[in-house]
Amino acid sequence: MELSRVDAIIERNGSRGASLLAILQDVQDEANYLPREALEHVSKRLELPLARVYAMATFFQAFHLEPRGKYVCTVCMGTACHVRGAARLVEQLERDLEVKSGGTTKDLQFTVEEVNCVGACALGPLVIINGEYHGTMTADRLTKTVEGLKKAEGGTR
Amino acid sequence: MTRIGKASELAAYRAELLKKRPADAKVVAVCCGTGCNAYGAQKVYAAFAAELAKQGVKDWALRSTGCHGFCERGTLVVMFPEGMLYQRVKPEDVAEIVEKTLKGGETLERFLYDDPVTGEKHRLEHEIPFYKHQERLILGQNGQLNPESIDDYIALGGYLGLAKALEHGADWTLEEVKKANVRGRGGGGFPAGKKWETCRNAKSDKHYVICNADEGDPGAFMDRSVLEGNPHSVIEGMIIGALAIGSDEGFIYVRHEYPLAVKRLEQALVEARGLGLLGEKILGSSLSFDIRINRGGGAFVCGESTALMASIEGRVGEPRAKHINTAIQGLYNKPSNLNNVETWANIPLVINRGAEWYTSIGTKGSTGTKIFSLVGKVNNTGLVEVPMGMTLRKIIFEIGGGIPAGRKFKAVQTGGPSGGCLPAEKLDLPVDFDTLWNEGSMMGSGGMIVMDDRTCMVDVAKYFLGFLKFESCGKCTTCREGIRRLHELVTAVTEGRATEETLQLIEDLSETVEAASLCALGTTATNPVRSTLKFFREEYLAHVKERRCPAAVCKTLIRYDINEKCTGCMVCAKRCPQKCISGERKKLHVIDQSKCIKCGICLDVCKFDAVEVK
Amino acid sequence: MTLNLTINGVRVEAEEGESLLDVARRNGFEIPSLCHHEAVAAYGACRLCLVEVTKGGRKKLTTSCNYEVLGGIEVVTESAAIRRHRAMVLELILAEAPESATVKALAAEYGVTRSRFAASGAGEDRDGCILCGLCARVCAEVVGANALTFRKRGDNRQMGTPFVEEPQTCIACGACAWVCPTSCVGFDEQNGERKVHRWKRSLPLAKTEKGHAFAPQFQLFHFRKLAKLEADFYKKAPGER
Ligand SMILES: Cc1cc2nc3c(=O)[nH]c(=O)nc-3n(C[C@H](O)[C@H](O)[C@H](O)COP(=O)(O)O)c2cc1C
Ligand code: SF4
Ligand code: SF4
Ligand code: SF4
Ligand code: SF4
Ligand code: FES
Repeated sequence: MELSRVDAIIERNGSRGASLLAILQDVQDEANYLPREALEHVSKRLELPLARVYAMATFFQAFHLEPRGKYVCTVCMGTACHVRGAARLVEQLERDLEVKSGGTTKDLQFTVEEVNCVGACALGPLVIINGEYHGTMTADRLTKTVEGLKKAEGGTR
Repeated sequence: MTRIGKASELAAYRAELLKKRPADAKVVAVCCGTGCNAYGAQKVYAAFAAELAKQGVKDWALRSTGCHGFCERGTLVVMFPEGMLYQRVKPEDVAEIVEKTLKGGETLERFLYDDPVTGEKHRLEHEIPFYKHQERLILGQNGQLNPESIDDYIALGGYLGLAKALEHGADWTLEEVKKANVRGRGGGGFPAGKKWETCRNAKSDKHYVICNADEGDPGAFMDRSVLEGNPHSVIEGMIIGALAIGSDEGFIYVRHEYPLAVKRLEQALVEARGLGLLGEKILGSSLSFDIRINRGGGAFVCGESTALMASIEGRVGEPRAKHINTAIQGLYNKPSNLNNVETWANIPLVINRGAEWYTSIGTKGSTGTKIFSLVGKVNNTGLVEVPMGMTLRKIIFEIGGGIPAGRKFKAVQTGGPSGGCLPAEKLDLPVDFDTLWNEGSMMGSGGMIVMDDRTCMVDVAKYFLGFLKFESCGKCTTCREGIRRLHELVTAVTEGRATEETLQLIEDLSETVEAASLCALGTTATNPVRSTLKFFREEYLAHVKERRCPAAVCKTLIRYDINEKCTGCMVCAKRCPQKCISGERKKLHVIDQSKCIKCGICLDVCKFDAVEVK
Repeated sequence: MTLNLTINGVRVEAEEGESLLDVARRNGFEIPSLCHHEAVAAYGACRLCLVEVTKGGRKKLTTSCNYEVLGGIEVVTESAAIRRHRAMVLELILAEAPESATVKALAAEYGVTRSRFAASGAGEDRDGCILCGLCARVCAEVVGANALTFRKRGDNRQMGTPFVEEPQTCIACGACAWVCPTSCVGFDEQNGERKVHRWKRSLPLAKTEKGHAFAPQFQLFHFRKLAKLEADFYKKAPGER
């Protein structure tokens, strides 16, 4: 990520300690993760210890310090989804993509994540793939959906 | 957009709007709430727009609205003024609906709601049992307005409460809210008027008004629905609060998982500023107040008041000791009044229709309505708004339509991770703040998760502990280590590795976690495990003594088998990731238990009910 | 303003703004603690300094380190319930720092000699750290180096340096090691080098004109800046002046 873009984000949110969370969110929105140089730059520009910026970046679940895949598959782990079997969906993704939850495939195609409820409980169990909601999911349909995405990528995996 | 310079001019502005939209105007409203969107509501809306144009329909207006609550049946389409509801509408159905229903006046039976219990069909939205027993003071407007239009809100009487409050002044407004006894909808049930008064009386050059829209309770989505479906109701409530408290700056702290809510709020703030409802000299009065939006970062603990304020200040969401109330010393150490989304949305109603009317709804100690997200193993999932004091039974069985697939009700979980599970014997309890608290559960923000006999209560306790050990901020020993250890112990129960001593240790440790943790996340964290131990002890003992999970959920203790209903279709054998199902075409299949990882796929894919789990 | 309160039935005086823990200790009442140090702000993490406070007829358990005294309160520093909770807290802590002499001794005072909880088992190994946060507070508030921080949350929480690397702002002063209640930081000086083991920081020691090695270059630079001292101030060691 180019630092000039970080600068633009800082300008937009105000160069104050109180803007730290918003700045990191905007950086992540643009880069899909929080690149180290961006964090160091924010620390310098806001005159905040790097330790504080780093604490913020690791405290919130929304932030990622590593690049993520082209397809982010997020399984909702809210209570409603849980009683309808969400845990099995995570296991299924882990098997299908050969990656642990929270991780990204080596080819940077897929990331498997869990979220503690997105507030679409009536649709549970729910998997969100790049922002698109897939409701009342089953392990079997999930496999097919993922296979479809893999195929669309030219079967590189 | 022109600013409305005086409170009295708001009525005139509204009259102009109403002229353009008579009460009997024909409107087709497509629910574009999050649930319906997931079913493709945007496409349905687009299809309506295209079809209305193509078929030259001029007398029907089209409106995209917020969530109607009946997410189970999306995409929902309601035709006003009559209020006929079509459910499960797909984009490809739209041409026919426009032609036959909108133009031809014909009712298309197949889109009507059919009651899963009685088999009856219902035409009108408010006749459906799901809606009939509700009292939708807050949610009702969601279906009638476009959340991106301030004019829609004003046409329905929006901002009249603010005008009235400005006219009567801050003291009257505060008194009215106190008299109405509005209790906080975010969990604690603390009287809002009392909090406002404490904050207003705290001497300071600055007072803040904050809206808690962090909605971290897994299994609750009423705040999301209000923010996305009727953002102005929250904003109006906050402006009225600012008047009563004497504040000039407000914040709305929204979960990052709710991008649509952020977008709607941003737009609503711009529109409100444009009309002079926010900013300097609101409606020409001496009140100046503006609101900023803060996005959360995905941390449940940030819903806690001190953590939320730390987060607005740009620090990590760690709670601090609250020996002095945040209403006196909160954000930047200034008096700060924090209320939940739904609490704020109640305020315009209270002011508009008066405390007397408001207290006539609900019970003496808990006035007004409460929105619940009725989810889990229940037929009609969605958002329901009922007067306080309705029994659990009525909510779950009459509104919710009971338990699906003929299974048996087992428990209902209320209050999220801080709440508890109540068994069938408690179904006739009235739902209000105090009753639930006395039963070891809590109203919480209004998550209501129904569980049937296929839900394992030990697993549920484990689920909440797993949630909380991850969501604890990690500061206190008792919360961080205590919850982690409780999770370990309960996991041992689910894996058949526990003894009765384990259960005793769970109880003792729970007591310390509750007594010695710093914030309410820790002090209430043990409610799920304690309430299940109290009401479902037998089920814990079955895991401990017989190494058996009666609900057939806990993986270590269950097995999958194929029974004689198997037709030998071979589907399971093909899909099994372990390739551990053998059998020939048209012959009974068998699972090799030594290889089975209990993923449950065979159960999912079998069309003949031949896979059993025990 | 002087405030009057009672501790275990004894009337004591305190100044406004003082912490209950400090007031109690000054008056000879013992309260255990692991995350408190008078040089830094109270934090309230270990939960050992629990006491019972009665205010306006309402009794509650609270930690004393972060409780600002109020006039008229009645405080009890020991009771069966308090002892039971402290023992449980110590059992939790002992599982994290089974080697720490301080923790073992304190636990023994409460009758805890072994923990029923499995050894650590936290998300990442914490190696004897009980996450009291003292090191980071001292480093930020006293030293001003801000080299340390908590990372992550919940049971994944860890104490450490940004990016878990040698901290570039650490001056190897050793304050963190000195204040750590479980002695898990580790600090030594050998062959002209000072090492802070846990943070993987090592800095060469500066030599005075007379050739004594007494403090890392970087530390001296940092102190010079803080105290606005002359550039050659540390050419002499304190003892040589
Ligand atoms: C761990 C924790 C999480 C909370 N999460 C929320 C939340 O998501 N939304 C909310 O309104 N209140 C939440 N609360 C309650 C708030 O601290 C606070 O009591 C509430 O916002 C006050 O508003 P009310 O009086 O209108 O309910 C939470 C409390 C705790 C301890
Ligand atoms: S109780 Fe839990 S969430 Fe609250 S401050 Fe302590 S560790 Fe953090
Ligand atoms: S549960 Fe999974 S692994 Fe076991 S037999 Fe069925 S499909 Fe195969
Ligand atoms: S040795 Fe380094 S980390 Fe420790 S207190 Fe000193 S500067 Fe901070
Ligand atoms: S290293 Fe020591 S001082 Fe620092 S948090 Fe861990 S136990 Fe406390
Ligand atoms: S000394 Fe008070 S909580 Fe640790």
